[in-house]
Amino acid sequence: MTLHHKPSTIAVALTVNAVQHRLNIAPSTRLSDILRNHLGLTGTKIGCDAGDCGACTISIDGQQACACLVPAAQADGCVITTVEGLSGTQFGQRLQASFARHGAAQCGICTPGMLMAAMDLLADEANPSRQQVMDALGGVLCRCTGYEKIVDAVMDAGVLPHPLASRGHLLPKENGSIGQRIPKLDGSSRIDGSALYGADATPAGALWLRAIRSPHPRARFTLGDLESWAKTKPGITRVFTARDVPGHNSFGVYPDLKDQPVLADGHVRYRGEAILAIVGERDAVEAITTDDLPVTWHPETAAIGIAAGLRADPPLHAFKPDNVLTRGLVERGDPDVACAAAPHTAEGRYETGFVEHAYIEPEAGYAIRRGDRMEVFACTQAPFMDRDEVARVLGLPVNDVVILASACGGGFGGKLDVSVQPLIAVAAWHLPGIPIRCVYSRIESMASSTKRHPAEVFAKASCDARGRLVSFEMDADFNTGAYASWGPTVANRVPVHATGPYKVAHVRTRTRAIYTNETPAGAFRGFGIPQAAIAQESLYDTLAEKAGIDRLEFRLINAIRVGDSTPSGQVLQASAGLAECLEKLRPSWQALLADAEAFNKRGMRQRRGVGIACMWYGIGNTSMSNPSTMRLTLDATGLITFWNGAIDIGQGSTTVLGQIVADALGCPVDLLHSVIGDTDKTFDAGKTSASRQTFVSGKAAELAGKALREEILRLTNAGTDALIRFGDAVLRVEDNGREVMLNLANLPSQADGQVLEGIGTFDPPTTPLDAKGQGVPYATYGFAAQVASLDVDIDLGTVKVNRIIAAHDVGRSINPMLVEGQIHGGIAQGLGLALMEEFIPGRTENLHDYLIPTFGDMPEIEIILVEAHEPLGPSGAKGIGEPALIPTAPAIFSAVRHAVGVIPRKAPLLPHRLWELMREKSQ
Amino acid sequence: MAIYLRPTVLKEALAALAADTANPPVDAMDRLTVLAGATDFYPAATTRQAWFQPTPDRILDISAVEGLRGISETADGFRIGALTTWTDLINAPLPPAFDGLKQASRQVGGMQIQNRGTIAGNLCNASPAADGVPPLLALDAEVEVASSNATRRLPLSQLILGNRKTALLPGELLAAIHVPRPIDGEQSVFLKLGARAYLVISIASAAVNIAVDAQGHIASSRIAIGSCSAVPLRLSALEARLQGVSPVQASRTVDASLFASLSPIDDVRASASYRREAALTLVRRALEELAAPREQAA
Repeated sequence: MTLHHKPSTIAVALTVNAVQHRLNIAPSTRLSDILRNHLGLTGTKIGCDAGDCGACTISIDGQQACACLVPAAQADGCVITTVEGLSGTQFGQRLQASFARHGAAQCGICTPGMLMAAMDLLADEANPSRQQVMDALGGVLCRCTGYEKIVDAVMDAGVLPHPLASRGHLLPKENGSIGQRIPKLDGSSRIDGSALYGADATPAGALWLRAIRSPHPRARFTLGDLESWAKTKPGITRVFTARDVPGHNSFGVYPDLKDQPVLADGHVRYRGEAILAIVGERDAVEAITTDDLPVTWHPETAAIGIAAGLRADPPLHAFKPDNVLTRGLVERGDPDVACAAAPHTAEGRYETGFVEHAYIEPEAGYAIRRGDRMEVFACTQAPFMDRDEVARVLGLPVNDVVILASACGGGFGGKLDVSVQPLIAVAAWHLPGIPIRCVYSRIESMASSTKRHPAEVFAKASCDARGRLVSFEMDADFNTGAYASWGPTVANRVPVHATGPYKVAHVRTRTRAIYTNETPAGAFRGFGIPQAAIAQESLYDTLAEKAGIDRLEFRLINAIRVGDSTPSGQVLQASAGLAECLEKLRPSWQALLADAEAFNKRGMRQRRGVGIACMWYGIGNTSMSNPSTMRLTLDATGLITFWNGAIDIGQGSTTVLGQIVADALGCPVDLLHSVIGDTDKTFDAGKTSASRQTFVSGKAAELAGKALREEILRLTNAGTDALIRFGDAVLRVEDNGREVMLNLANLPSQADGQVLEGIGTFDPPTTPLDAKGQGVPYATYGFAAQVASLDVDIDLGTVKVNRIIAAHDVGRSINPMLVEGQIHGGIAQGLGLALMEEFIPGRTENLHDYLIPTFGDMPEIEIILVEAHEPLGPSGAKGIGEPALIPTAPAIFSAVRHAVGVIPRKAPLLPHRLWELMREKSQ
Repeated sequence: MAIYLRPTVLKEALAALAADTANPPVDAMDRLTVLAGATDFYPAATTRQAWFQPTPDRILDISAVEGLRGISETADGFRIGALTTWTDLINAPLPPAFDGLKQASRQVGGMQIQNRGTIAGNLCNASPAADGVPPLLALDAEVEVASSNATRRLPLSQLILGNRKTALLPGELLAAIHVPRPIDGEQSVFLKLGARAYLVISIASAAVNIAVDAQGHIASSRIAIGSCSAVPLRLSALEARLQGVSPVQASRTVDASLFASLSPIDDVRASASYRREAALTLVRRALEELAAPREQAA
């Protein structure tokens, strides 16, 4: 182009996946925008728009690049390959097959970027080393997998696909699919770019919504003439305020705690709170600046931190004058007397910060009003809760709202609360027939969405001379931020779990969730237990030392077992595999201790330490009904449909529940057709949280599969062991050498075209907790112990975790590959919690100041699966999602202490914090 | 009025900058923003946009300007064109004195950034944590600054004046970096300290270049520290102390007093006192690495 000609658009010619395109476009348009919004290639994902996450990695002229950082002008004349172009090459197919075979894609949002970075490497190096893979893919972040299976998949990409990868066998395996390492049933859409995440659906004629958010943690504000302002802005359709919310301008996950406004009404309580929703053409809403926006702010003194929250006056919410949202208590025996009589006591204060979920998919979706019904397509972990929230905000009956769950690019608890849903629904309500889209930027997502609760914990524990725990006390304060979200859940879960998985007769554990003017803290993998476990396990290391007992043996002495009572007075009836976990870890533990001793004799600037920590985790809601209902049907053509309301956020519930329901029916798992997360079509499976889908929805799926099978057997008068051949309109049922045909086409059909169905419901049996926290809060518990070996740099305070051995009692491993994936990912998040992750509102609102682990931070992981059968669970299974994370941080801290003799009391243990602890010790 | 210029000739780029200077803008946002690899441009725009601030829309994209990319040998050393990418640097056959610069290049972002980010962009962005600056300071680099009517050269240490602040005058463009021919046998190391393995902004960094004389003593040393002051700094007192010292003794010669010119701050990544100590540790380790080249090679 010439210098003097300054058009707003230029002609750009580019070749994408071997197809030539010409378009007229603004020259600074990002290539990611061109690919997604102009060429419809939504396989390239946007995670940060800043080159921090690598999700948008593509190949440009043979080199990997972040598409979000390439201007259209520079893409002109270039040859570009995206994930959609991989299946056209043999190498690409093999790489994708390897990802499926290894379970390298969980939620799948980073997968296109991983694949493209891997292609860049494999083009030069067909048989790369692990280090080469890590270096080449090191610019892409993954929050689900812990990276291990991705490295395995890339290294294995040259190999021809394993038979397991190609499904299509029509008979069930001899022993069914449970226990098999089956590739994910929804896996292909996650590795070829076709899965539609929240930002990927492109309804025609959509307008875009952008929320204006408070830059102040606490302020009053007044609005000027927004209508006149909007008229000066071409492309802006309308500005919505609190007054435009047709129903209740409030939401919140608890029925009695709807304390968060959709749009703040004159008063904001945290930085990032939405005050206006502006709707218009995409370019117009993206160009909005607040320079001339008629909003006047009156900042007020904000309560930052727990101490300030307890003092804040006026309170954040009038209904909680002391700013304490909830208190939790478990009390049993007399810990004061028991502690006074005990020979060994340990106590300490511990602190953790806000932790960001950092799912690579920022919140996104669209809403459209069809007549008097509202349809919302968005990423979520809890479609039925979203439905109820949206209905309430709109003032509609719940059946007039349908939630269509998009593919979910990671959740970890952060997508249990609504985000875009009420905003887009309010706007769509006023603009019937027009789809209203909203895609949060990374910064908007981080500033506005919930976090892990910061905690300040005081704990005290005593044991007798033989190391047997006699008493435990904890007082834990949790910073719940400006709104309740899941604060009550944290405050109620922690007291029940606070001792950890041990027998302790005398217990008093108290919690408070405190309002502050900070980002709302909500659900995050473990609901407060990871914070409490850091304190509890640290005290046990001290007690073991005082009693002169090996740290593993101390935990084994105290491990809770079947027949023991929990601090809530619940007698464990079955499936308490902690002791077995510890026994299986013992040889490695002893070997690693010897290794550390030998290493440290060399007197290097690194000191090696080995640590251990245990955890237990109640599966499902605390003392609350949390049922799941699953439906399995056959239509007249023989199509088997699994109507599954459980959202797969990457952890694999679609596959695990599919395996369970298929085995219960007696059909091959690949014959299932799944309908997932559509609130009109599926029953409520409850939210994907509390590690409950395998246990609760799994049991419901098993019952649904059995019910359908029994119906077929009844119609064919066959015995329970009969073999049913599916896949056709005529079922063939073989029983004792007799074959009976069942022609489905002859059966009457329901309104939805189904001719046979099985429905299963399961609600785990619990009882309410009394005033002292006594009762049966959970039907079953997961157990685990992890051992960490690491090196501390004594000059720099840096920590390199070399190895983690994770022993987990999962009841029954339905799909070991997916269980391993959960453990790898949980360890990665636990490592981040321990060593690097600290969300500070206004300071670490992006993925270069907020650090999550990368490829190079992960230890070598060894997994030991223990299967202590849970009679209530499907085939004996429990849950793994949250248990995977909880022991990691305390095990790392235990190892740091073993290495250098200081007790980490504040997470994250950033290098300067550990350095300061070591310096204090040496002075 | 949004403009986006993408000239192919340096003269045109400079003319555009000159024209931009002729009419002094009301607001800095109205000036031309020079864009090369765009790896700093878009992240900054993303942050501004997220908090409803205007983003630069008057852009001079110099990525197509001929003759600005690549490394060439000159009579007195090496010339690194402004558009030379980190990947170009990693792949270039260069003397061992550039090893530190290559190590820094491998630690800038991920490979996606290394493939497109440019060395001159890193200098002009003027971050205290810029990975490219300490190794180039340790190479005693100069920068070639062009404008429509003149070209001037100045030491790199005089280019970067403060956090996000350079000595470039309106109308000037950083055209190249000049590195004097290294002394025979000059060696180099760059060490970066961060809280994670990849994609990390440094807490502290150190670049050390040394050359040893025939007697086995340090004849020349240049040491620069990043992230411990508003601008990465050479440590002249430390360099003077090392003069004539045997490399194996060097790390023991270094003490905290030689780092007094640093002025680190407390931020989300680390405390000031930690940074000061870390700088000392990094320099000691760099000197130890340089003292044991054969071990390293093994």
